[in-house]
Amino acid sequence: MQGVTPGGIDCDLHPALPGTAALLPYLDPYWREQITVRGIDGLDLASFPPKIPANGRADWRPQHGKPGADFDLLRRDALDGFGLRAAICNPLYGVQAVYNRHFATALATAMNDWMAAEWLDRDPRLRASVVIAPQDPAAAAAEIERRAADPRFVQVLLLAMGEAPLGRQQYWPIYEAAVRHRMPIGVHAGSTARHATTGNGWPSYYLEDYVAHAQAFQAQLLNLIHEGVFAKFPDLRVVLIESGFTWVPNFMWRANKTWRGVRAEVPWVDRPPADLIREHVRFTLQPADAPPDPADLARAIEQIGSDDVLLFSTDYPHWQFDGTDAFPAGFPAALRHKVAVDNPLATYPRLRETLS
Amino acid sequence: MARHVVAAVGEIPPGGRKLVTLNGRDIGVFNLGGEYFALLNRCPHQGGALCQGTLTGLVTSTTPGEFTYARAGEMLKCPWHGWEYDIRTGQSWCDPEDTKVRLYPVTVEPGERLAKGPYVAETFTVSVEQAYIVVEV
Repeated sequence: MQGVTPGGIDCDLHPALPGTAALLPYLDPYWREQITVRGIDGLDLASFPPKIPANGRADWRPQHGKPGADFDLLRRDALDGFGLRAAICNPLYGVQAVYNRHFATALATAMNDWMAAEWLDRDPRLRASVVIAPQDPAAAAAEIERRAADPRFVQVLLLAMGEAPLGRQQYWPIYEAAVRHRMPIGVHAGSTARHATTGNGWPSYYLEDYVAHAQAFQAQLLNLIHEGVFAKFPDLRVVLIESGFTWVPNFMWRANKTWRGVRAEVPWVDRPPADLIREHVRFTLQPADAPPDPADLARAIEQIGSDDVLLFSTDYPHWQFDGTDAFPAGFPAALRHKVAVDNPLATYPRLRETLS
Repeated sequence: MARHVVAAVGEIPPGGRKLVTLNGRDIGVFNLGGEYFALLNRCPHQGGALCQGTLTGLVTSTTPGEFTYARAGEMLKCPWHGWEYDIRTGQSWCDPEDTKVRLYPVTVEPGERLAKGPYVAETFTVSVEQAYIVVEV
């Protein structure tokens, strides 16, 4: 086992909500009663079945409860285990998938209160993404405003597959609020199951769902670029979380080639899409797609054409690798410090300003 | 460089074009409102017959949803991959630094001078009463 870059900043860590009941202290009496009387629980996304091996590394699983739900284990195995200087918590619970937008909004607020009280207050290394309910963009923007006062919230969390493509104007109030408070938009793997998880319809197997996620991320990038989100919000940064990144070069080539031919359709895209990706989009490290020849990984990074776009992540407690080196085989040694420290600091201004 | 008479003024209407071969080079001569431009009929991207492409305006935008349409008919779109070129400069819109189509000098000369001069009128007789489009290749 090699040690990771000491002082690394983990851009994707997953404290788990034990269940809806854990949010009751943070909900108003109406929703507390609704949840209790109706027995609402188990809102975990179908994208993350709690018991599959990938959802919790064997040596990181608690004896009872969900992987990632135990603070002491998270501190021991992730914060101390990797020698992290800071870590950004991305709690995954089905808030974004709830159809009742009022309930979803209440859950989002409760999730953030829970995060602040039960995680962020317990370790100064922890930061978090703001959970929002994109089902109600105005309320989501208001939630970003509410969290902006707490510098430990450094990013806004969305899912790769929601109701509508993320570039659509209906979501712009979210981006406006995020830019105002210098929070990147983190787009995490996961589907709200509003639509089939592949462009061809519903797959039959979890494996397909998992692998096809790369298509969803590509579609979101295409939409964000061509709807003009980066033209409208030049300071916006988008972090694709658990997207993989070895698909990025050929995606860039294809997007550039087509843009050159039909760019008059979207004249606000005034430069090649790949340039916009390098400027505005970041990708977390894990799960790293693993080419059989490690040399191919370095080649793919080189083909992306920027050393600025990768952000260190462990994806704790998800099982993406063994041991304590989150860098995959073949990852260029010269890039490690940049990816582990410099790039996260450049991407998250609110994190940079609060590190002691 | 030799100078070639390629057409009588009036033969290429505004917005029109004429494809010619001069010294073995395929060249398109365009009339933009009375100004003439001669471009190599070969797209610097992958060699498509650029001068057979569609003439369009230049579309730009300062914000999503806003379309600024200007310079109607002054951009040439390659029929192969749709790359746009500025007929006045030969520059590619998407890659102006590195991609440029070859432009040749064009002048309009009175027939009186051409009939006496050392110029070559390959395909037709030059009359002294007319003015002619001359391309230098």
